[in-house]
Amino acid sequence: MKHIISLLLENEAGALSRVSGLFSARAFNIESLSVAPTEDPTMSRLTLVTTGSDAIVEQITKQLNKLVDVIKVVDLNEYEHIERELLLIKLVAEVKEDHDAIKRTVDTFYGRIVNVNDNLYTIEITDTCEKIDAFITTLDDRLILEVVRSGASAISLSDKAIQS
Amino acid sequence: MPEKKEILRGAEIFCRALKDEGVKHLFGYPGGAVLHIYDALYKQNDVEHILVRHEQGATHAADGYARATGKPGVVLVTSGPGATNAITGIATAHMDSIPLVVFTGQVPRKMIGNDAFQEVDSIGITRPCVKHNFLVNDVKALATIIKKAFYIATSGRPGPVVVDIPKDVTADSCEYEYPENINMRSYSPVIKGHPGQIKRASKLILSAKKPMIYSGGGVILGEASKELTEFARILNYPITNTLMGLGAYPATDQQFIGMLGMHGTYEANMAMHNCDVLVAIGARFDDRVTGDLEKFCPYAKIIHIDVDPSSIAKNVPVDIPIVGDVKHVLKDLNKILNSAKNKLDENRNELELWWKQIREWSSIDCLKYDRTSSIIKPQHVVEKLWELTNGNAYITSDVGQHQMWAAQFYKFDKPRRWINSGGLGTMGFGLPSAMGVKLAFPNETVACITGEASLVMCIQELSTCLQYGTPIKIINLNNRYMGMVRQWQEFFYSGRYSHSYMEALPDFVKIAESYGHAGIRIEKSGDVENALKEALSMKDKTVIMDFITDQTENVYPMIASGKGHHEMHLSSERELA
Repeated sequence: MKHIISLLLENEAGALSRVSGLFSARAFNIESLSVAPTEDPTMSRLTLVTTGSDAIVEQITKQLNKLVDVIKVVDLNEYEHIERELLLIKLVAEVKEDHDAIKRTVDTFYGRIVNVNDNLYTIEITDTCEKIDAFITTLDDRLILEVVRSGASAISLSDKAIQS
Repeated sequence: MPEKKEILRGAEIFCRALKDEGVKHLFGYPGGAVLHIYDALYKQNDVEHILVRHEQGATHAADGYARATGKPGVVLVTSGPGATNAITGIATAHMDSIPLVVFTGQVPRKMIGNDAFQEVDSIGITRPCVKHNFLVNDVKALATIIKKAFYIATSGRPGPVVVDIPKDVTADSCEYEYPENINMRSYSPVIKGHPGQIKRASKLILSAKKPMIYSGGGVILGEASKELTEFARILNYPITNTLMGLGAYPATDQQFIGMLGMHGTYEANMAMHNCDVLVAIGARFDDRVTGDLEKFCPYAKIIHIDVDPSSIAKNVPVDIPIVGDVKHVLKDLNKILNSAKNKLDENRNELELWWKQIREWSSIDCLKYDRTSSIIKPQHVVEKLWELTNGNAYITSDVGQHQMWAAQFYKFDKPRRWINSGGLGTMGFGLPSAMGVKLAFPNETVACITGEASLVMCIQELSTCLQYGTPIKIINLNNRYMGMVRQWQEFFYSGRYSHSYMEALPDFVKIAESYGHAGIRIEKSGDVENALKEALSMKDKTVIMDFITDQTENVYPMIASGKGHHEMHLSSERELA
């Protein structure tokens, strides 16, 4: 099952590699990972998406908690939360029908065409990972020039912040 | 007027911080990146530096020192190869949760990343085998980082911490102040166990009809032998120790039914298989202990006490987890159990039946070996050593058959006397770690039970033993094979002894003599006792005793991989019905 894990991390050199190193050393799955500083510049927020059985995800959170640079670990699946990922994608239209298909699909997925250059469309979509997967699979492979995804960010809807 | 603080150079701060931390011994080897530090060490007398002959020896010696004393072992090595040579020792300590603080020199800050001479990414290379590591970027952070390193290494589940210090940081100066306390928002080990969980556990413990206590190295690290002994005695329940836990409960006590696991006793493993309540204390359900997980303790409810939550339910699902320091949790449990003695009386009959069953299993005498042999049996050597030292020696070992025989036949009644690389299984550990123990306890008997293959892996430390006067007794169980490799090749590879025979072995007596020590070669069983007596009587001498042992002897009993606790193999002559 997919889990979104939110970490607060000391904003120190090497902290990120402790997290990524843990996943490779213990053969845990990692689907995406995004990291940036928080309102407190000494702390970073790291959001990672992983899959595994309950037992494996329990081990993942415990092992993450054990890292000295990790301040807080929360499995967001245990909370009501929202999840967003940014997709930037370049599409190339070859025939007239392609232009129509691109515009229609972008509209359907509430995306935005941020740039058009002759036949080249640059598109931005912010949505759940699943919606972004769906957008990409809906498009004809032939149209896709390049895909850039940010990895998921997520936040709980609780009235309390996940803090140190 | 505020007190004026001293301005010190980084190298001096290093020495002062060690002094303020109470460090007595520093195991190290100099090199370019740590020359400022070595110059500062030269000018002080607070910390004694022990010059090893290879950085692996430094980490093992500090490790042995830490295991025997409970204090952190401290190491100083240079950058590049100094750091990489130390890795095996760091990983050894990490697997067994031993507190070490290892200082590695680094090239100057402006050269980091430029492939400078003797540069290696020590932080990156050690990350997977340390509890934590630090790169010191500023001399102003040095004292605090050293304090944090000692705090992290010794608190919670202990482990090695590496501090990487660029050479130019040791030349810079700043005001020196060593922090008294450290408070880290990202690190605060749990100490007290959850009272509700402890209460639930006590109920389950008291309801047991076929109870079993399984305790590991965590009890020794957590200084909880007294509490564990009290716990077992209140209950009169059978107890087994893991390889790492030997000595936490007195081995000569009648409630102790031997080590468990791959080469554990038949009675301990059968009791594990048949128990209805298992109390796991400071143990981590290692694969050498559990055998096949599918067959592990099929009838038992499991209570697991451990300071590290990630050890709980990692390999085996647990019914009642208790996260906390074993000493605190056991104290709390003992308090409850002491006031519930009437409940214990209710189960007395069942417990008696359980003990009767265990005594039947014990009567098989699973550790039996041929005591009439004129060829030296390795078990006989260990048994005699145990007798002659009254079970009071500090015993280190390397890895393999001799390690198992030491664990089976030297009955440890006290914690911190059995010093071996249980987790990583590092050959070469025995000699340097014995040296570390002897430095800590110069008046105690320290023996290293080893084999000829392991011994030569760090043999250069004989030189250190001479320089610092650490007279240890080296029991070389020399069977001219990598014994455990040979045993597995006999059992599982139809006797194809691929590269496990040690040809062209050195003359160990001459090796001992050339390093300035004494050597004795013993070839007959009848000479074992006198040779040991002679060696032990040479109080001021390191002695290598080269016992020429039976080449075909195997470690029994044994659980082969994929088998359960109830599927032990007794020996080549004896099979279970």
